[in-house]
Amino acid sequence: MFKMDLVNFTPISALIGGLIIGTAVVLFFVSTGRLAGISGILSSTIEKKENRFSNILFVIGLVLGPLTYMISLKKEIVFSIISSVPLIIIGGLLVGIGTKIGSGCTSGHGICGISRFSTRSIFATITFMICAIITVFIMKILGIY
Amino acid sequence: MYNKFFSLLSGIIFGIGLTIAGMTNPAKIVAFLNITGEWDPSLIFVMGGAIVFTAPFFYLLRNKNKPFFSSAFQLPTNTKIDRKLIFGSSLFGIGWGMLGLCPGPAISSIAFLQPLSILFIFSMIAGFYFSIFFKL
Repeated sequence: MFKMDLVNFTPISALIGGLIIGTAVVLFFVSTGRLAGISGILSSTIEKKENRFSNILFVIGLVLGPLTYMISLKKEIVFSIISSVPLIIIGGLLVGIGTKIGSGCTSGHGICGISRFSTRSIFATITFMICAIITVFIMKILGIY
Repeated sequence: MYNKFFSLLSGIIFGIGLTIAGMTNPAKIVAFLNITGEWDPSLIFVMGGAIVFTAPFFYLLRNKNKPFFSSAFQLPTNTKIDRKLIFGSSLFGIGWGMLGLCPGPAISSIAFLQPLSILFIFSMIAGFYFSIFFKL
């Protein structure tokens, strides 16, 4: 069943990237006392006055990171996504509504939550992983992927 | 002041990590989720690396009174596995699988000036507003 795509499998850069993400999570937590869950940071920027400026700065940083990386190393970053506008709108709405109701995304539940051994986050992560895998499978059957 | 500076710095480092890990490319996420096809397990190494690095720090910091530049640690208090958690995470999983984009990489991909990722961000923010408005 598992056929590994060895051409695109990049364990070393994935691990290095993961360690850098971990560093950011720890730095944000020890300095500000907050968890780096991106959906939470985004939605609370809309919803709450508290920490609004810090949240906006974190979001700006998320954009500046890849920008400085690209410019300083003169690297092109591959970005390839499905080109159907309706699917992007529906997918975006589902991600926004789902992460708000489920109080977290890949970073908040998947990284911060699991690192804290939060049972809630472990359940959330298993749920969104399974749903995403099934969705990709259905999209393949429908011939979209 | 320091609080703001470290928020910006953490965001920058997070964004660099996502980029190096290849997670800003939706096709790579889809390849991870595509377990019955040409499976690319890279995402396991990204999450695994981040978790293994982060977990000991959370453990060591558990008895610390306060962070360096704020008055208190803010951790979620809800510990219930409820319908909301599972329903919300399911919706998120469907959206994530449809496109291969989740909130962090979507924001970072603004750097690549891709119109489709900007459209995704607007839709996601509309989703936040929808949930907030209807108090979901």
